[in-house]
Amino acid sequence: MIEVKNLTKAYGDFVAVKDISFKADSGSILGFLGPNGAGKTTTMRVITGFMPATSGTVLIDGLDIFSQSLEARRKIGYLPEIPPLYTDMRVSAYLRYVANLRGVPRKNIESALEHVLQTCGLSDMADRICGQLSKGYRQRVGLAQALIHDPPVLVLDEPTIGLDPRQIHEVRSLIHSLAANRTVVLSTHILPEVAQICEKVVIIAHGQVVLEEYIKQLPAGKSLEEVFLQAISRDRAADAASAEEVLEEVGAGRS
Amino acid sequence: MKNALTIARKELAAYFVQPVAYVVLTVFLMLGGFFFFPMLRAFDIRLTMYTAMKDPDLLEHLNLNDMVISPLLHNLAIVLVLLVPAITMRSYAEEKRTGTYELLLTAPIRTGEIVVGKFIAAATFGVIMVALAGIFPLILMIFGNPEIGVMLSGYLGLALLAVTFVAVGLFTSSLTQNQIVAAISCFGVLLLLFVISWPVQTGGVRLAGLLRYLSLPEHFAQLVAGIIDTRDLVYFLSVVLTALFLTQRSVESARWR
Repeated sequence: MIEVKNLTKAYGDFVAVKDISFKADSGSILGFLGPNGAGKTTTMRVITGFMPATSGTVLIDGLDIFSQSLEARRKIGYLPEIPPLYTDMRVSAYLRYVANLRGVPRKNIESALEHVLQTCGLSDMADRICGQLSKGYRQRVGLAQALIHDPPVLVLDEPTIGLDPRQIHEVRSLIHSLAANRTVVLSTHILPEVAQICEKVVIIAHGQVVLEEYIKQLPAGKSLEEVFLQAISRDRAADAASAEEVLEEVGAGRS
Repeated sequence: MKNALTIARKELAAYFVQPVAYVVLTVFLMLGGFFFFPMLRAFDIRLTMYTAMKDPDLLEHLNLNDMVISPLLHNLAIVLVLLVPAITMRSYAEEKRTGTYELLLTAPIRTGEIVVGKFIAAATFGVIMVALAGIFPLILMIFGNPEIGVMLSGYLGLALLAVTFVAVGLFTSSLTQNQIVAAISCFGVLLLLFVISWPVQTGGVRLAGLLRYLSLPEHFAQLVAGIIDTRDLVYFLSVVLTALFLTQRSVESARWR
């Protein structure tokens, strides 16, 4: 389970995320949505302990990511926006290295490696050099490194980006099968993806949560796209109204 | 500690899959050869001359260490100032640029383990460099009889120098995601440590004692002369520890910024 509590993150004067709170339940997938620059990646970086929050906190299975950082980080598998590959390492050597760093016991490393290679469809790629892989395969290696220590919490930043339609389908069903006994948070731009595999959706815009809802409880008869557009435009209503006024004035001036 | 070794092993292997390591080693040894053979030739000419003059006094003063090994080591020290930044510049900077830094900092390992792991790898590479330059005294030992103790002390000095430089280079690399910036600032710091006592010679400087203490060549020269003094060892050790401490703070600050 992931609990984000009153999280605020500022870079200097710029406030990227403002006092957001939400909860991701264990055994389910939470879809994390928002327009570009809404603060998705920032939030995920704070959840995984890469960056500290300016205020507020994050609990990973009850462990505080700041004060109990090592224990909390041990529970997380993280796929950043850009798969963190060492371009001159072979896939298998890279995954072994990550397994070591994440504290997989030495005797289990080979079986863990075998397992992730298989689940991520990388069995034929084990001896390839990471830097020479196509984007889709890099993404899969990124997913494999997030899974290698069999973490109870998975944080995936746009996991299906750069994959071809067949791979997207495979990765989605993989994530779906993984979620059975894990907490999964995934950010994405692809709305049907959320509708298909997520139990819950959190939408943020301008660094604030504008919607936190179970997919089942979304208003009937509305597509997720409509819900999304409505949610992100709500806090911009004022802006939009003034923009419309300006447009009308411009229009009036012309005619 | 286990994590530090995991990182060290991976980093050391990474040095040898990149061309930089081989270029650095080649340049280092080629320049070493360029210094070594003319000096050896000069020694040889003088030896023949003095022998012809049949002057035992002069022959007594003719010393392989003073004429060949000592200037060679001083020259190699300067080559190290130029080459070490090239080895260490990518260490942190590249990880930040490619995003693997995120993997490293979200793994359940301490910042200190990352810093120590990277240091062990880079220091090992530095020692390997110096050890390969051991080919020159080896040649002398086959054809002559230099003082082995003094030579070993000098090479210990060069190894300590390499390790110290590497620690400084890792620190500057941790400050930036640009390798060139990392290399140039490392080069600047090392050069400063080399020339820091120069103002003392022109006079009119306060703290002359401090500047002289900070000066790298003064401590290095002691070891090259065959004097292993704890004061000099402490100097190298304290530069290394200071650099490692600052690196740890720098990496940690990226986490808590």
